[in-house]
Amino acid sequence: MTGMTRRQWLKATAGGAAATLPLLRIARAQTSGPLRVGVILPRSGVLAGIGQDLYRGVELAGPILRDLGYPEMEIMEGDTESNVQTARAVAERLIEAGAHVLVGAFDSGQTTAIAQVAEQKGIPLIINIAAAPQITEQGYRFVFRNFPTAPTILSNAFQQQKEIFARVGAAPKTVVFMHVNDTFGTAMAGGIGAVMPKFDMPYRIVETIAYDPRARDLSIEVAKAKAAGADALLMVSRLNDAILITRELIKQRWTPQAVLSMGPGWYEDQYIKTLGKYSDGPMSFVPWYDPKKPLSRKLEEAHARAYPGTNLNTNQVFTFEALLIAADAYRRAGTTDPGALAEAIRTTHITDNVSIGPGIMFNEKGQNDGLVDATIQNVGGKLVVVAPEAAAVADPIWPMPPYDAR
Amino acid sequence: MPLDFYLNAATGGLLTGLVYGLSALGLSVIFGVIRIVNFAHGEIMVLGMFATLLIFRHLGIDPLASLPIVAAGLFGFGFLLQDMVVRRVAHLADHMQFLLMAAIAVVLISLCLMLFGPDAQGLQVDYAYESFAIGPLLVDKVRVYAGLAALTVAGLLFAFFRYAPTGKAIRACGDNPVGAQVVGLNLRRLYALTFGIGTACLGAAGAIMLLLVDVHPYLGPSYTLLAFIIVIIGGMGSLPGALLGGILIGVSEAVAGLILQPSLKSAFSFGLLILVLLLRPQGLLGKAVR
Repeated sequence: MTGMTRRQWLKATAGGAAATLPLLRIARAQTSGPLRVGVILPRSGVLAGIGQDLYRGVELAGPILRDLGYPEMEIMEGDTESNVQTARAVAERLIEAGAHVLVGAFDSGQTTAIAQVAEQKGIPLIINIAAAPQITEQGYRFVFRNFPTAPTILSNAFQQQKEIFARVGAAPKTVVFMHVNDTFGTAMAGGIGAVMPKFDMPYRIVETIAYDPRARDLSIEVAKAKAAGADALLMVSRLNDAILITRELIKQRWTPQAVLSMGPGWYEDQYIKTLGKYSDGPMSFVPWYDPKKPLSRKLEEAHARAYPGTNLNTNQVFTFEALLIAADAYRRAGTTDPGALAEAIRTTHITDNVSIGPGIMFNEKGQNDGLVDATIQNVGGKLVVVAPEAAAVADPIWPMPPYDAR
Repeated sequence: MPLDFYLNAATGGLLTGLVYGLSALGLSVIFGVIRIVNFAHGEIMVLGMFATLLIFRHLGIDPLASLPIVAAGLFGFGFLLQDMVVRRVAHLADHMQFLLMAAIAVVLISLCLMLFGPDAQGLQVDYAYESFAIGPLLVDKVRVYAGLAALTVAGLLFAFFRYAPTGKAIRACGDNPVGAQVVGLNLRRLYALTFGIGTACLGAAGAIMLLLVDVHPYLGPSYTLLAFIIVIIGGMGSLPGALLGGILIGVSEAVAGLILQPSLKSAFSFGLLILVLLLRPQGLLGKAVR
């Protein structure tokens, strides 16, 4: 021993800690330098296609926000590998590496895991996309969602479906409901049971088919759906499964009157690129951008320049808006202190935005409940808004053109 | 539900099962002769799938046409792997051999990740969306070609082991290695040939499988597990058993998915495995060991 007693050692340690703490606090509250934003997306794994699409929103945001005079942001990339455990670990790693705000993560299960970490560490999380309602029902103080919940998406979808049926003068009598068996899919399936009866829909669900999100072959699922003899297909899917299902519809020579999708998959560029002429027809009921808003036009132009021949979609729009929220909060807070940033996000009031609805503002749960969906139909490789009528740029095509006559 | 839906599902399952069976043949050949359990089975098949993808992308050759090239390439890979690596641990305890094969699997996954990235990749042949209508049956063209190709390769393999002198020699090594050495057979060369034939089967199965599913580096373990289920059901080391096991799994998964819930497909395969292990542990066509 060197002669230091236990009491002396404790004193020295406590003194050292007391001297260091204010320094740490200063380091955390410093305002200089860019805002470090940890963007966590499923860049690989089963959701990789969508993850790449989402990341375009990040790439577009930088120059546009700079033009608008928002402060500089430093993007720290995180890949969930489409896996809940990895999502949690990546969130922890980015926070340890100094992220001031997190943005992500598209999938409800992965987002739930990140939200727990963000809340625990006191770092704000701005959810770009994730619809499971429970994420903002936990009483979290650091979690904010600028995306509708599953019941909102469903309410909008059923409302707009009825509008479309009235406009085309036809409606399916029966549907098969196919959904991916993950957090988002089961939340939507549960929501359908609760929300659909309120809308007095003209159809009934004759069969519900759940399937594995990692399925490599969906021939049996589609055969079962076809065997139910339903008029239309009601879908809650992802990208890979949407492609697999379409391939099977073609091979099994079944063109339903309509594919009514209440999730991603059917409007993504990879879907259109992979399936070509067979991608036309499906209708997606999704949160979308308002083409009439000035910032939407700016985003559309930037997108067209950066990714010619592809369509701007939900993935880029809501990822862009998540970064807009972060930049706006940083500008108002004037500090990178997570607590101050969270407070600034809570009082967000952005009306010069992109998505449909009055703008970006959060309720006491951290949820933007003013968002409105649109109905998008794939027509000639383009995504066309067909409802609500006020935002529609074309009439819906009903029924879908048969696959074997294309 | 009309009968033709079940017939369609069963036919699709049968054709997919033939491809499963071909892949499991690779595992069975290696285990039946060398007595090594190939834990890198799925990963080697994935290697074959990526090779097929590369050939398709760069040379535009259909997977069914590139099948012999891929099979030959993987034959060479398997031959060298056995002769240079696996042979050196053959005298060690079983668990050491398992560890070696598992390590090879990890190396292959990492290699595929480095070379091809983590994303799923597929190809689209001209006949991808076509199907044959035979009476009430509507059979996917890709699946028909895949099933026929698998059957042809399996038939060639059976013929090789039954009629070719080298095939007979390999069988002799599997039945009685000491006796085979006594009559002057070169065990080292024959084992390397056997491993090469097993991996060639995987190359062929991989080329065919790419017509049915997209490939990514993490696909291997699920196919290793599937092959184990198939060979245990069919009988470890039995070649007809592997093919039968593949067909059984393919058909039962398809029909069970239609009758019950599609998400119960995998549960059904495992249920079948438990049943076989309880009632006939040596597998349907396997020989009982006393």
